[in-house]
Amino acid sequence: MPSLNSDPAGCCGRGGGERCVSEGVKAGWPICLGYAPIGLAFGVLAQKAGLGVLEIGLMSLLVFAGSAQFIAVSMMVSGASPVSIILTTFIVNLRHVLMSSSLAVFLRGVDRRLLSLFAYGVTDESFAVNMTRFREGEWSTCSALVVNHISNLAWIACTMLGGYGGHFIPAGSFGIDYALVAMFLCLLVFQLRGRIYGITALLAGLFAVMLSLWIPGNAYVIIASLMAATAGFMLKRTLRKPTPYDARS
Amino acid sequence: MTPGPEYLFLLAGMGIVTYLPRWLPLFLFSQRKLPQWFVEWLDLIPVAILSALIFPEIFVTGEVRRLDLFHPKALVALPAFLFALKTRSLGGTVVFGMFLYWLAAQVF
Repeated sequence: MPSLNSDPAGCCGRGGGERCVSEGVKAGWPICLGYAPIGLAFGVLAQKAGLGVLEIGLMSLLVFAGSAQFIAVSMMVSGASPVSIILTTFIVNLRHVLMSSSLAVFLRGVDRRLLSLFAYGVTDESFAVNMTRFREGEWSTCSALVVNHISNLAWIACTMLGGYGGHFIPAGSFGIDYALVAMFLCLLVFQLRGRIYGITALLAGLFAVMLSLWIPGNAYVIIASLMAATAGFMLKRTLRKPTPYDARS
Repeated sequence: MTPGPEYLFLLAGMGIVTYLPRWLPLFLFSQRKLPQWFVEWLDLIPVAILSALIFPEIFVTGEVRRLDLFHPKALVALPAFLFALKTRSLGGTVVFGMFLYWLAAQVF
């Protein structure tokens, strides 16, 4: 049972503090690197839409959701009402329900105030990194929080920098646009811990590609994940019936 | 420029609808023992989400979405994937992937 956080304050208190931060930074730097090109691009776009640096930073602080922010700004440009932008944001970010649900398994009994702070930083990227670490064990809530918050800081800084003068930085420098893709690829590899996981991954990928071609928006992420996880789960249950050890692979 | 009240309303709304889906499951599910089947099902969610995020990112391009298996992003993915499989190094894969992508941009 994952009860590694029976001492949520311990790592943040005396002694372990520094280690917790350095572990968090070590795990989180690829996210910060990957946010640079996206954050700059968002800043440039938002500035063109008429937002000031302060307004950009405020959005990154209060919303902290990359794709939803892009969509919101382009909707603002096309004159959409705030209510329709808020509704779209809700739909785009609904996928985080799934991520928070599976993170919750590893955060049993953690103080609710700490959880509320942690929830603020649950993004696709921080979820992928933290989930991998929780699985490996020995990952403290504190380090997970550090991952969330350095990502947040990097995001705020990069979007504001983009709004300030991002157009001076040549797009696509150093292949940096590939940082997040490569990170996700590697984290996917870490999640492949057996046949069932591999099959689930393949199904999810296939479903997602097909659905993304078929329906607009990013609902394909939720639908494909739900379908693939359910299929994988049923397959696992079916395989288990004859001999209980079959499903362990 | 100071943010106007309408913009602040927009940000507050966006912030709330983004925060709630992130917060509610953590708040609800972390305080109780979940049924075994649910935990087993949740166990498959991360791999499914990662795959559902990455596959279309790699293989689907364009303003009007279309399948494209042979553009730089897709071509770099396989060696980067194999590199990750071999080394199991996150930082290494990020740098290697960036390098290959940069290389691909020079060639294509």
